Amino acid sequence: MTVHDTLFWFFSLAMLLSGIGVVASRNPVNSAMFLVLLFGFMAGLFVLLEAFFLAVIQVLVYAGAVIVLFLFVIMLLDIRASQRRHVRFLGAVGAIVVPGALAWEFVFILQKPVQPLAGREVNWQDGLEVVVKPLFARYMLPVEVAALLLLVAMVGVVLLSRRNLK
Amino acid sequence: MIAVVTLHHYLIISGLLFALGMAGVIARRNALVILMALEMNLSAANLALVAFSKYNNLVEGQVFVFFVIAIAAAEVAVGLAILVALFRLKQTVNVDELNSMKR
Repeated sequence: MTVHDTLFWFFSLAMLLSGIGVVASRNPVNSAMFLVLLFGFMAGLFVLLEAFFLAVIQVLVYAGAVIVLFLFVIMLLDIRASQRRHVRFLGAVGAIVVPGALAWEFVFILQKPVQPLAGREVNWQDGLEVVVKPLFARYMLPVEVAALLLLVAMVGVVLLSRRNLK
Repeated sequence: MIAVVTLHHYLIISGLLFALGMAGVIARRNALVILMALEMNLSAANLALVAFSKYNNLVEGQVFVFFVIAIAAAEVAVGLAILVALFRLKQTVNVDELNSMKR
């Protein structure tokens, strides 16, 4: 096993374990902390895939901004840990059967070889330039639309958090 | 013992993470944790896209992930604002109790 493989197994198993932590923790603060771990390991996997720019963005946006937002809201609403885990029968069955079937299906489909697409030769070591150049050339319009969407989201959030919504 | 890591391994890990997030969305009652599980689902899709982009030598996958992250950030902000507004109205974030559209 090479270093890459070892790191892959480490990151992916740790990521799945922290995912279980997010879903199973009783306290929402613990869930948020496990989510930070999950995004950190995900950034590790991105580095393994030589997506350095996305790894940095992942840490900045998710682990930096999104989780802080979650923690602020948990603090603002003063949510306690749920006292008892009352799992309802239908919910538990659904939560095991549906994702289980989905996961089994994924594994089953992936038994067959994936046809590679004919891509250009990309030098991933160039890092930032590889990803950012198409963003500012061919995908300029989507970038503008995403920027507009973020602005609209910001205005919407300010409006939603007013005290009287009338 | 274990085969060399290929595209399949990344895709299977991504599928398992997605299934885990889906289980969280179905089983949990706390709306905040449901939003976190949704973030896990988006991340699973991101991982699949980056893996495809690496093993097929296409940059477009990574460009897509960039947009997914931007949209996810906006979605979390709006979702949490709606949650805060709902909490002011009903004093709860338990989705079992948020079952009427009237106030």
